[in-house]
Amino acid sequence: MAGADQAAIETEGLRKSYKDVLALCGVDLRVEQGTVFGLLGPNGAGKTTAVRILTTLLPPSGGSARVSGLDVVSDAAELRSRIGLAGQYAAVDENLTGFENLEMVGRLYHMGRQPSRRRATELLERFDLTDAGGRVVKTYSGGMRRRLDLAAALVASPPVLFLDEPTTGLDPRSRIGLWETIEDHVAGGKTVLLTTQYLDEADRLADRIAVIDHGRLIAEGTSDELKDQIGGERIEVTLCNRDRVEDAIAALAEIADGPPGADDGVISVPIRARDGVIVDAVRRLDNAGVRVDDLAIRRPTLDDVFITLTGHLAEHENGDRGEAEPREPELEEARR
Amino acid sequence: MSSLSYAVSDTLVIAVRNLKRIPRQPDLLTAFTIQPIMFVLLFVYVFGGAIQVPAIYDDYTDFLIPGIVVQSMAFGGFVTAISITDDLNRGLIDRFRSLPMTQWAVVAGRTVADILTNLLSLVVMVVVGLIVGFSFTQPLPDVLLGILLMVVFGYAFSWVFAWVGLVSSSPETANAFGFIAIFPLTFVSSAFVPPESMPAAIQWFAEINPFSTVVDALRSLWIGGPAGNDVWASFAWAIGITIVFALITAHRYRNAVLSR
Repeated sequence: MAGADQAAIETEGLRKSYKDVLALCGVDLRVEQGTVFGLLGPNGAGKTTAVRILTTLLPPSGGSARVSGLDVVSDAAELRSRIGLAGQYAAVDENLTGFENLEMVGRLYHMGRQPSRRRATELLERFDLTDAGGRVVKTYSGGMRRRLDLAAALVASPPVLFLDEPTTGLDPRSRIGLWETIEDHVAGGKTVLLTTQYLDEADRLADRIAVIDHGRLIAEGTSDELKDQIGGERIEVTLCNRDRVEDAIAALAEIADGPPGADDGVISVPIRARDGVIVDAVRRLDNAGVRVDDLAIRRPTLDDVFITLTGHLAEHENGDRGEAEPREPELEEARR
Repeated sequence: MSSLSYAVSDTLVIAVRNLKRIPRQPDLLTAFTIQPIMFVLLFVYVFGGAIQVPAIYDDYTDFLIPGIVVQSMAFGGFVTAISITDDLNRGLIDRFRSLPMTQWAVVAGRTVADILTNLLSLVVMVVVGLIVGFSFTQPLPDVLLGILLMVVFGYAFSWVFAWVGLVSSSPETANAFGFIAIFPLTFVSSAFVPPESMPAAIQWFAEINPFSTVVDALRSLWIGGPAGNDVWASFAWAIGITIVFALITAHRYRNAVLSR
């Protein structure tokens, strides 16, 4: 068994190339037990490739990876009993019922017939699928399939759970439900690695986040650490009159904590957070005779982190599909 | 449990999974039941009158039933091809591959399910055959040996189709492959007409075609006639095809999955 001090997931110089495309070039990761780790990156960044290697579906081209203390190549067979995987596809049998799907997965984890059935019933209830459990999956909505798929990944209560873009194509309510399930799972001491293109998802769920782009790890840390990397809070002022930008910047110069920015009548000034800063700013602008349309304190978001680090926005659409991940599905496909 | 008993149990779980799907896919059920009936009736009543059969057979119905049964058994496995491409495309194979199950059970369980559906087709065809005038003339052990031959032969083609499924990108491709590669092979044989009626080159092919060997073997086991070495040759063909295609399928399964 994995000791308490052992990492749930540990990779060293993990590399993967498909023919002449380099999908992963030397990734080092360490995920502690009982935490949620978010792998964040645009399409084609190498997220899916990393998950496929860690779940024994793909052999790495170089480097090493251990999950739950077991090597993904030499201990693959043993490792499979300790992991659960929910991929980008809802990988469930359309022509079986929800119950039959979960029972089958339990049997294939070698849990035995009766325990498999008990577990299937339990999971259907937990995922709000009890009423639909006797229906064939063909009749399910996209959200129900996704829930069943996640339930299938949880059948054996695996110590390490891999979720590849678990909420892509889900409606907001289902997303939140799924987030709660992930949180419950981790509360029980289990480890979750999830990939996502949604920054709010990583922000909400992940204890630590790794940003990956073009197969390289470009940043790693807690959500707060990553935000700190690009600076602290800013005050944003929308002016009534665009011609007064310079006056406004001059008025706020004394409370500025770095070089200000201006864009289309909106100025943005880095500040040190403290009580009364808004009142102070309003007073200074008023004294300078600058009329203000809107004023707000803004904390950096992971979006800012992402743009700063990768030089582009996280793509929620498929406009810029990378070639490194041949199986990144069309968004429509994920919504089925 | 030992790894062997896990392997058996995994294979059975997958076989049961595939059998449960059948009643829920009416098009498949049609393929196993209505289609063989249609073939028997078409050949007996539409073509039968125009086809001269060797004098040792009572009539065309007796000549036809073994041929058409062999063709159905060869095709029974097409469901395996379609299911495997479907599983690959829907990501189910990924799920199976991430489970601690015996990996080859995914394909083995699929082919084991075919044995039962092939038996269903066999029963349907024999019953329809008996209704339209077919009769067994050989002793019961021979008739049963003929049925065993059909099970083994059908199983061999399940592995052929398993391989087809793995190399096809979609169920449609798999289906097309079956019809383009295997359908003509079954016709250029002694299954539906005596090869003597064909042009020389085609007749030559029909006579060496293993389908002819198997059809002739089944005829000799069910309604008599010269068997020669056909029965043993047929079993040898079936077992040989099973071994060859099980090996290349196992190899292809690993690669098909890894290359995705």
